[in-house]
Amino acid sequence: MSEFLEFRNVSKRFGAIQAVDGVSLGIKKGEFFSLLGPSGCGKTTMLRLAAGFEYPDTGQVILDGADITDLSPNKRKVNTIFQSYALFPHLNVWENIAFGLRVAKRSKRDIETEVEAMLRLIRMGDQAGKKPDQLSGGQKQRVAIARALINKPQVLLLDEPLAALDLKLRQRMLIELDMIHDQVGITFLYVTHDQGEAMSLSDRIAVMDSGRIEQVGSPAEIYETPRTSFVAAFIGDTNFLEGEVTGLVESEYCQVKIADIPGVICFNDKSMKPGNPVYLSIRPEKIHISRDRPEESRLRNIVPAVVEDMIYLGSTTKYWVRTHGLRVQVLRQHFRFFLDEKPIRWNDDVWIWWHGDDGFMLDRYRAVDEHLVALPPRKVGEPEDNNEKP
Amino acid sequence: MKRESRQKVRESLVSFPSLFWLSLFFIVPTLFVFAIALKPANPYGGIGSGWTWDNLRSLVNPNYLAVAWRTLWISVLSAAVCIVLATPIGYYLARVTARWKGFFLMLIIVPFWTNFLIRIFAWKVLLHPEGAIKKALAFSGLIGPQTSLLYNAGAVVLVTVYTFLPFTILPIYAAAEKFDFQLLEAARDLGAKRLQAFAKVFLPGIRRGLITAVLFVFIPALGSYVIPDIVGGPSGEMIGNKIAQRVFVDRNLPQASALSIVLILSVLAPLVTVLVLQRKRDKPESLL
Repeated sequence: MSEFLEFRNVSKRFGAIQAVDGVSLGIKKGEFFSLLGPSGCGKTTMLRLAAGFEYPDTGQVILDGADITDLSPNKRKVNTIFQSYALFPHLNVWENIAFGLRVAKRSKRDIETEVEAMLRLIRMGDQAGKKPDQLSGGQKQRVAIARALINKPQVLLLDEPLAALDLKLRQRMLIELDMIHDQVGITFLYVTHDQGEAMSLSDRIAVMDSGRIEQVGSPAEIYETPRTSFVAAFIGDTNFLEGEVTGLVESEYCQVKIADIPGVICFNDKSMKPGNPVYLSIRPEKIHISRDRPEESRLRNIVPAVVEDMIYLGSTTKYWVRTHGLRVQVLRQHFRFFLDEKPIRWNDDVWIWWHGDDGFMLDRYRAVDEHLVALPPRKVGEPEDNNEKP
Repeated sequence: MKRESRQKVRESLVSFPSLFWLSLFFIVPTLFVFAIALKPANPYGGIGSGWTWDNLRSLVNPNYLAVAWRTLWISVLSAAVCIVLATPIGYYLARVTARWKGFFLMLIIVPFWTNFLIRIFAWKVLLHPEGAIKKALAFSGLIGPQTSLLYNAGAVVLVTVYTFLPFTILPIYAAAEKFDFQLLEAARDLGAKRLQAFAKVFLPGIRRGLITAVLFVFIPALGSYVIPDIVGGPSGEMIGNKIAQRVFVDRNLPQASALSIVLILSVLAPLVTVLVLQRKRDKPESLL
């Protein structure tokens, strides 16, 4: 399928800030596409370029084969859900939803039937006479969605639509958004800094940083095979271990020396050569932990460690362990509660191990990413000046 | 319950000084005006004894009617021109960067450093038959050489607008400052043209500021006396000038009071209407 909404080499600068830096991106028809990134990464600017609130310095925006780069917002077949909803405070729910049709000078009968249909879709038929400030956050959200969808846009733009809601409501609205997307079947461009939202809703995600796109892919691709250290660090938790390739194993794997751990086996998808400096990224849930030494096996890395901190998280427990001077986080799910099993405690000697395929080698991350790669927290009770950097 | 009523007592105690001040220096004198209007005048410029309807009856006079009509249309037109000028100014003031905002607000306030009377006399100089504006307009053929810019109702409207424009800009600016400009983006996004968004979303959004601004021009313009006196001439006379004539020239206080009553009622009427309308509209919102 060809691209439906397309950014071609788009750049936008605000004063000294390069908000969007030569981005090319294609979104397919009917897709739920997310732009994910930290605040200030340019994702909202991308959305405003699509809506027509900003015009790019260079590049083009293409919608359904037509160049809409210089078209004003009212002439674009796209509609926006604003983070603050931007409902008109002087109009009630019914009038808010009818706004687009009234401006388009549709007949009274048409407007009435379509607004009623929208009110049914968002299940707010009995609230039609209320003013926005009498509505709850979730209701405002739904009115904003109805107000946009009634114009039958080709693309619906959503600017952090759930950011203002509390956790439970957010989870409910997530499901509702997903249902609405399935029902109306139009293209959604969703901007968020919340990876959970992006992961659970999107067909594809573009991870952005500093006005550039770091990676585009399905949620699983982004999570399982991050292409850059930024993506690995921004999506989920990960351990970054600094090392150097020392040798190749078979054709697909290589050995990495990390601190004074020799020969850590790692999948070599980047065709690294001996001598290359790398970062090894291993997700905490991919690392196993136990008191007993596991069986040796091909491609399995086994390292002794000492438990420094434990954080009980309900369904899982996070362990911070120290091995060869490195602090590593390990996430362990509680499968079953064994009364006779001796639980892992502070200062216990344990073994951690992971499969060679579960680690990813990444180029050394850029200095700007440092703040995202949260340094491992100090051991509880450890004095500040004693903190050594991993 | 008890607690609430105690709080109410406390609240009314707090408002007592201002209530006392208003009744002593505003309500009581107004009642005096009403009373004097029902008294006969005596030949020495004082107030005679007894009661009479003559003063109020004498108001039904084609001469007064013409002046009242002129007062009304000058005030309405001045208010309308002020709103039309002040709304875009208020809009841009709310949108420009903080540095320019300070500069422009300064420009609006600077004229107040010069005395009101002096500024009106300045207009007299500007509009004078030998003045630069008149000469330029006559030279360019926009007006005939005999047309007078001064001493007519047009001059009164011009100077009234000039005088009250800052008082309309400020409330509109204050309302625009609180306006969420993303609503305009939302309107544009939903298909509204620039002007449609302005009329359907911005104007209702600053409704309170607009009402305040209208009242700020309309009410003082109704009672305006100095401006028509200096630049109005006989064809620009307003009720205020008539009242002044009754007091200073005819020395007939009862007549002047009767005219003042008309003025007071015509000020109160729009004010009460606006208040009632506003209360009605705001009722559903008062839940919050």
